[in-house]
Amino acid sequence: MREASRDKWKAFLTLLPSMILIGVFVYGFIGNTIWTSMTDWGGVGSLALVPEKNFVGLENYIDLFTGFLGSGFRQDLVNAVYYSVMLLAGAVGLGMFIAILLDQKPKGEDVLRTIFLYPMSLSFIVSGTIWRWLLAPQGGVNVLPKYFGFEPLNFKWLSSQSAVLVFNWQDILRILVSFAAFILILTGVYMLRKDQSKAIKRWLVPGIALGAFVWLFGDIIPSALFMEEEHGFNLATLGIIIATIWQYSGYTMALYLAGFNGISQDLRDAAMLDGASQAGYYRHVAIPMLKPITISAVIILSHISLKMFDLIFAMTGPDNAATGHPALTMYLTTFRANDFAKGAAIAIVLFLIAAMFIVPYLIGQYRQRGRR
Amino acid sequence: MTKAFAKMLIVFAAALLIGAPQAAQASDLKGDLEIFSWWAGDEGPALAALIDIYKKQNPGVNVINATVTGGSGVNAKAVLKTRMLGGEPPDSFQVHAGQELIGTWVKADRMEDLTPLFKEQGWMDVFPEGLIKLIGTENGIWSVPVNIHRSNVMWYVPANLKKWGIEAPKTWDDFFAAAEKLKAQGVEPLALAQNWTANHLWESVALASMGPDNWDALWSGGLSFDSPEVVKAWELFGKVLQYTNSDASSLSWQQATDMVLDGRAAFNIMGDWAAGYMTTTKKLMPGKGYGWVPSPGTSGEFMFLADSFGLPKGAPHRDNALAWLKVLGSREGSDTFNPLKGSISARKDSDLSKYNDYLKSAAKDWAGDRVVGSLAHGVAANETFMGGFASIMEMFLKSKNPQAASKACAQLAKKAGI
Repeated sequence: MREASRDKWKAFLTLLPSMILIGVFVYGFIGNTIWTSMTDWGGVGSLALVPEKNFVGLENYIDLFTGFLGSGFRQDLVNAVYYSVMLLAGAVGLGMFIAILLDQKPKGEDVLRTIFLYPMSLSFIVSGTIWRWLLAPQGGVNVLPKYFGFEPLNFKWLSSQSAVLVFNWQDILRILVSFAAFILILTGVYMLRKDQSKAIKRWLVPGIALGAFVWLFGDIIPSALFMEEEHGFNLATLGIIIATIWQYSGYTMALYLAGFNGISQDLRDAAMLDGASQAGYYRHVAIPMLKPITISAVIILSHISLKMFDLIFAMTGPDNAATGHPALTMYLTTFRANDFAKGAAIAIVLFLIAAMFIVPYLIGQYRQRGRR
Repeated sequence: MTKAFAKMLIVFAAALLIGAPQAAQASDLKGDLEIFSWWAGDEGPALAALIDIYKKQNPGVNVINATVTGGSGVNAKAVLKTRMLGGEPPDSFQVHAGQELIGTWVKADRMEDLTPLFKEQGWMDVFPEGLIKLIGTENGIWSVPVNIHRSNVMWYVPANLKKWGIEAPKTWDDFFAAAEKLKAQGVEPLALAQNWTANHLWESVALASMGPDNWDALWSGGLSFDSPEVVKAWELFGKVLQYTNSDASSLSWQQATDMVLDGRAAFNIMGDWAAGYMTTTKKLMPGKGYGWVPSPGTSGEFMFLADSFGLPKGAPHRDNALAWLKVLGSREGSDTFNPLKGSISARKDSDLSKYNDYLKSAAKDWAGDRVVGSLAHGVAANETFMGGFASIMEMFLKSKNPQAASKACAQLAKKAGI
């Protein structure tokens, strides 16, 4: 007993320094940023030795989402969402595909693995500059078809002005509610096989009700803005997505490859004996077993895409609404326009979005451990 | 042996005697001097020449040349802010003269008033009165201007214009007429580059559209941003944009200049650092290899911007910094620096024989024209406005809505305290 409590004391003392440091430098500063985002620190005199800060509540946030001057930020947010989704789909999909190919143990597998993993070791500034040249309007990728006797492409990978999937920001609340209804129904349908009554009660009925409500009484939901403002997926972001996928699919490949190698050969042989095809083995055996790997890849990549700064800065520079990102806007608002409060508000919005990804994961982990 | 020693002593004494007058000229300042600027790259040699003069005058001082690269100081300014907030100011730092300095540092009470230095050096008479007004407030003068650049210049290649059968336009209407001819021949009328060059173009267009009096009134708060004059300026700007290249946002300003030099585009509106680029890097003769006119509708007006150095409060080596500012404001310093940098001296008494043809013509205009301050380069408005204006510009490039842009500017001006 005494031995155990002394051990606990030792453990506590060993952890104490890092607890204090993390408490101050992570959580303390998060708190400080939240506080800053609720003040009006900015503008003239903001860099005085003792700057004037007044508490203004959530005004900065309201400004960002519904104010006239927040339009740039809103476009960036939309960009970031599209960017994250495309990056996840691209990097996980491509990474898994390469991993499956390499899992067939082709000749020179280790060399190929290094080659695919190599882009990750480059700094974003370097790969951004390379891709900026490759995707230049009159060079690189666009002149590639010329070598095969075709017309050169003239797609503007990084400076296209067109956008697809455009929606009106006024409708954002309606869109979010519809999206929630869609997710509920989807989960319900998925759960239907496992537990019918629970699926209907918990997921399907609320989902359909919510969907019907938006469909019928959508006008009750207030418009987010007093005027029309269109945002969409800017095609100029494609170039940046390509560069990021190029850089990160090697990483997901390595994750999956490690997972595939961890599956015992017996299991594979058993599946084959039972008549599974190659595709069937991956579809029904290997990939479901690697669910933890998929989850961690998704979480890591979504964080990377939410924090993306240097790659975009190197490829399209600051003040480029077509490829903007909240992280860039945050930097420019804070350190160029001296609007520290609004910059802090943008940072907190990004922080909350990132938390949206990681908190459910942490809760899930915690529960699993509790069950054990 | 002793004879040799005596001889050596004599030689040594003589050397001391000869050296003495020079040593008396040089100051006995000691310690470090840290100069913070964004003059690396092409502008590096000009700064180095200034530092050489300083070192000759103050051999005891160890100069630390702290540069952070990035055009118009994008990165340097952020680094400077973190240093100032952290209580670690450099001895002297580069800053765009005007509201960019005043709005950010003077209003925050971080700068020392340089009026005594100006009086002591007799600079009140050598710098134009209008300039001193723009770099100062009623409480003092805050920086020493090193150079003057002109923002409203339109560049072209004379031989190309002759080939296409057009002349350099005097007004925007002339430009639109010429632009149609150019489009018919498959030439881009106006070369544009990334966002900040659009801001740069906007100020020239707006100045032409509203005239210098309204322009000044805009920044002193006499004219509101949602007034018809500003809406008209945005409309004209929207029309001009139709004649620019569509890949603008992926080009640097040098690449836009290259488009003109290659004959892919006819004109480019850029500050006169473009003259430095074409003269020094591209080895073209001013007047032959490239030509210039004031941007359409702004002849007789000189939209200026200036780099300057100030003295932050709490500079660790204040005396050394003051000596540095003296070099910057001196005739020798200014006439050494500017021909290399490709700008003109802010002083009225500069030695024009050291400058090339373009700079001579700019110096003549500087002395005679109506001087107004540039928005894109920090003279007219503070950083809050400039930062917000960049995103309004992005929105306009997408939506092309003059009304909305003017309204957004008006809101921004309120926030920025104009």
